[in-house]
Amino acid sequence: MPTPRELEMNRRDLMVVAGACAAFSTTAAGARAQPAPVGKPVLSEVSFTVNGRSHKLELDTRTTLLDALREQLHLTGTKKGCDHGQCGACTVLVDGQRINSCLTLAIMNAGAEITTIEGLGGVDNLHPMQAAFVKHDGFQCGYCTPGQICSGVAVLDEIKAGIPSHVSADLTGAMAPTEAEIRERMSGNICRCGAYSNIVEAMTEVAGRQG
Amino acid sequence: MRAFSYEKASSPAEAAAAAARSPDAKFIAGGTNLLDLMKLQIEAPTHLIDVNGLGIDKIEPSSDGGLRIGALVRNTALAVDERVRRDYAVLSRALLAGASGQLRNRATTAGNLLQRTRCPYFYDTAQPCNKRQPGSGCSALGGFSRQLGVVGISDACIATHPSDMAVAMRALDATVETVKPDRSTRSIPVAELHRLPGKTPHVETVLDQGELITAVTLPKPVGGTQIYRKVRDRASYAFALVSVAAIVQRDGSGRIALGGVAPKPWRVETAEAELPRGAKAAAEAILADAKPTHENAFKLPLIERTLGAVLTQARG
Repeated sequence: MPTPRELEMNRRDLMVVAGACAAFSTTAAGARAQPAPVGKPVLSEVSFTVNGRSHKLELDTRTTLLDALREQLHLTGTKKGCDHGQCGACTVLVDGQRINSCLTLAIMNAGAEITTIEGLGGVDNLHPMQAAFVKHDGFQCGYCTPGQICSGVAVLDEIKAGIPSHVSADLTGAMAPTEAEIRERMSGNICRCGAYSNIVEAMTEVAGRQG
Repeated sequence: MRAFSYEKASSPAEAAAAAARSPDAKFIAGGTNLLDLMKLQIEAPTHLIDVNGLGIDKIEPSSDGGLRIGALVRNTALAVDERVRRDYAVLSRALLAGASGQLRNRATTAGNLLQRTRCPYFYDTAQPCNKRQPGSGCSALGGFSRQLGVVGISDACIATHPSDMAVAMRALDATVETVKPDRSTRSIPVAELHRLPGKTPHVETVLDQGELITAVTLPKPVGGTQIYRKVRDRASYAFALVSVAAIVQRDGSGRIALGGVAPKPWRVETAEAELPRGAKAAAEAILADAKPTHENAFKLPLIERTLGAVLTQARG
């Protein structure tokens, strides 16, 4: 485990890099770029839509979609868990499909329509999946929950669209939101509090309501 | 992550030419493996060539009655394609057994073939690894090797190729199409795409600098009962300890490729003559040159039993 002092230094290093970014001129995406000198940050512009609002950002090329959402757009509902595509806490919907936002660069998503947990619903207008998670205690600490809910919404859409899974007995038949199907399809979202059974109940209720 | 410049390529040949101009450049498609490795500085390209806009993301009938799969077809799109589900079920099954829904939505056909090993010592930059740092040694030999290879390996490296998809493609006799920086194109049987480690485990494929995979073609359907059986430590979302891709015909003949046991999808065509005699004979022929460690020797009986289960299932 890093000591608080090490964390402090990491944070300061990050701020030094962030400051240096501002000093370099823009390299437009799409232009034939020259290779960057080692270690010098390169900036690039990208435009995409998040929760119905269009944004134009100038970013270090290294910025993941996850970091752009959290650090630039301050949409901190999407969570950084492992930052390596193993835990699913960063799951968002891009052009209707769920992806790990930690494993895509923001600049690779030009023109995309992105939906985060904030775009699904808020305190006064809960999405049915959010309401079902509350009703069924589909979380304890809540850290993985935005990713679980984004994934859960997409999973029900995938089942309705007839997309098979590893546990589907018939590759070409109709798909149903059974417990086995939900558990398999949600396996990319880890919950260390172990709220899995309540998450399945929440999703089952929403799937039944959609009928 | 090290800083890098970025461009969007306008055509496959342009992408290849751009990669030839910058020796430290990498293509990026799904990014699900490359960005993971860049965050750990196991990969540190100074230039990224984004190939997502090249339009090579379609699945089309090929002239010989098979399918031509664009390099950028996402794993989900390939698994779901009606023709693949109907005529190449082993490929759909292999894809659906791999990764998670989120990763399959972004990971591409070519990227899946070219993904790097998940050997823990390749990932741990504090440890020697001949694949990551040529000549530094192999920590896996005598280390934690339970997950690692038993056949096709060398004294320099016992890492496995982690793909499920590639195992099915090997059983289906798929061919990889590429374009080089000089605009020439070639076809490479998937059997010949990956190199065995020998003394140079850092050289993983036969692709030249800048050579870009543009498509994977499948020959016309061969029918049979098609099965992909994956054995792993968790019921879902884990790499294979052992996997078997099988295409078994009514007369008992068939094709078998193994995953999780070798540096490439492992198929021994001569061993397939043993299939009518059962799993034990076939497994022995496939694994004749196996050199397991004390930690992964369990994979040999596991392969035989998994193959036995697959053959039983195929005979219905």
